[in-house]
Amino acid sequence: MNKLVIIVIVVCAFMAGIAWEAGVFLAGDRPDYKATGEATTDAPADPEPQPALEPASATQGADTADAGPPARTAIPEGPLGDLVRKGEQIFADPGQYASAYVGNDLSCGNCHLDNGRYDKTAPMRSAWPMYPAYRSKNQHVNDFAERLQGCFMYSMNGKAPPRGGEVIQALEAYSYWLAQGTRTGVELDTHGFPDIAEPEQPPSYERGETVFMDNCAFCHGADGQGQLAVDGASGFPPLWGPRSYNWGAGMHQIDKAARFIKAAMPLGKPDLTAQQAWDVALYINSQERPQDPRFNGSVQETADAFHQHNSQYGKTVNGTVLGEKSPPSGTVP
Amino acid sequence: MTRTGATIGLLLLASVGAAQDGQATTQSLDALVQTCAACHGPEGQGVGDFPRLAGLGESYLVAQLEAFANGKRENAIMKPLVAGFSDSQRQALAEHFSQLPVKAAQQGSGVADINEAGKKLAELGRWEDDIPACVQCHGPEGRGIGEDFPPLAGQPSRYIQDQLEAWRSGKRSGDPLGLMEQVAKSLKGDDLAPVADYFASLSPKKEADHE
Repeated sequence: MNKLVIIVIVVCAFMAGIAWEAGVFLAGDRPDYKATGEATTDAPADPEPQPALEPASATQGADTADAGPPARTAIPEGPLGDLVRKGEQIFADPGQYASAYVGNDLSCGNCHLDNGRYDKTAPMRSAWPMYPAYRSKNQHVNDFAERLQGCFMYSMNGKAPPRGGEVIQALEAYSYWLAQGTRTGVELDTHGFPDIAEPEQPPSYERGETVFMDNCAFCHGADGQGQLAVDGASGFPPLWGPRSYNWGAGMHQIDKAARFIKAAMPLGKPDLTAQQAWDVALYINSQERPQDPRFNGSVQETADAFHQHNSQYGKTVNGTVLGEKSPPSGTVP
Repeated sequence: MTRTGATIGLLLLASVGAAQDGQATTQSLDALVQTCAACHGPEGQGVGDFPRLAGLGESYLVAQLEAFANGKRENAIMKPLVAGFSDSQRQALAEHFSQLPVKAAQQGSGVADINEAGKKLAELGRWEDDIPACVQCHGPEGRGIGEDFPPLAGQPSRYIQDQLEAWRSGKRSGDPLGLMEQVAKSLKGDDLAPVADYFASLSPKKEADHE
């Protein structure tokens, strides 16, 4: 029995290898979304930039081309496949399948579209091979499990699922499975959110408000609080307020939000200009949201320690210091 | 912005209408509803390939009546009908049908089997072609989101297909932000039937609410 399983696995791996090579060959001219080629800072699934383990060579095309994630139907049978499927399920609906760790109305797929498969929104496939990595966010080397914990603490304003527990293990298994065929430490073109052109004019709250009302409010509401589906199921996610990401989430940074918005919003028809994306990113991230979990009691000190760049935290907008009236962080059920 | 303008216009028209014909407005609403019932059913539940109106969002219904009148939704039956309605009558009709109850048992054109191709496109989209999942805007199991994203569950398959074809050919246009037009034009011709069949096969109301 065991022998049979091993043979099946070996054969599958061999076939996958052939398919991968063919995919790399066929996808040689895949478009590069990173127009400026600049190193990214800290997208939700982004470590600090790291040098590639192998120097560029004659096979450079093959180094960066990516055949994409495996087909959904290719998840194997057996215990590993079960864990991968569990991870896929949690990824799609953490509020249901990891509810003890989720403190708002967001889910993984709100930022990592298509269940973490979509090339333009920091696919899990491009994150997995880049860990462990040093992160300035917490000033030490993070492994992938710790990076996932960060998503729950910040983007989902919840609590870190325990290392080695089922939630983290399943999400790791799912990411590992999506990343098959990638090379450890070699950054894919799809790593993080795509780069965006620098704004021609400094981002403006007033222009951003207009962009928001014209392009975002129809789904996310004029008050940014999203909309539930007819039966109370999740509809369009809230972009600020107590049920959205907190002041420690990557998405609260203007540059990161601008890159995501330019790449993916409005959903299905992302046609904003770079300037519009910067403006509306500033507008959205100039609204109050749950407190930064690293808050030490002083908005000023927390701002100095963690919000020096691309953040509105601690700044005065419409007469209020952002962070002073934040709803609490880590509000799990 | 536009909505504010439209609302002001409606208020003006409504007040003028009320001043002129008083009670006649309510009587004519009954008569108008009878006109709609000929195709959409006495309770707006939909008949054959004619879509359900019951429980659709009021603002969505108003927008559709306007679109029939101004030609953004080309439809030989609806255009002359709607052309005769005043703005206040359109508003009253939309309000009436939006408030009718949705019945769980009613199903579109009786497509029994859930087909995998349609289900996949509906629930997952096809992001390789930048196509979002239908349910991301039309709600889980196609039961709609808010007033402006209409439910698809239980609508006739033929109706859904016709609409997708209309978006693709330009016979339907002018939706907010052009989102649906963009998605429809990104679909392939042989996507339409499976995805329409899939939504037609779903119950417009949650299973738990059945009994």
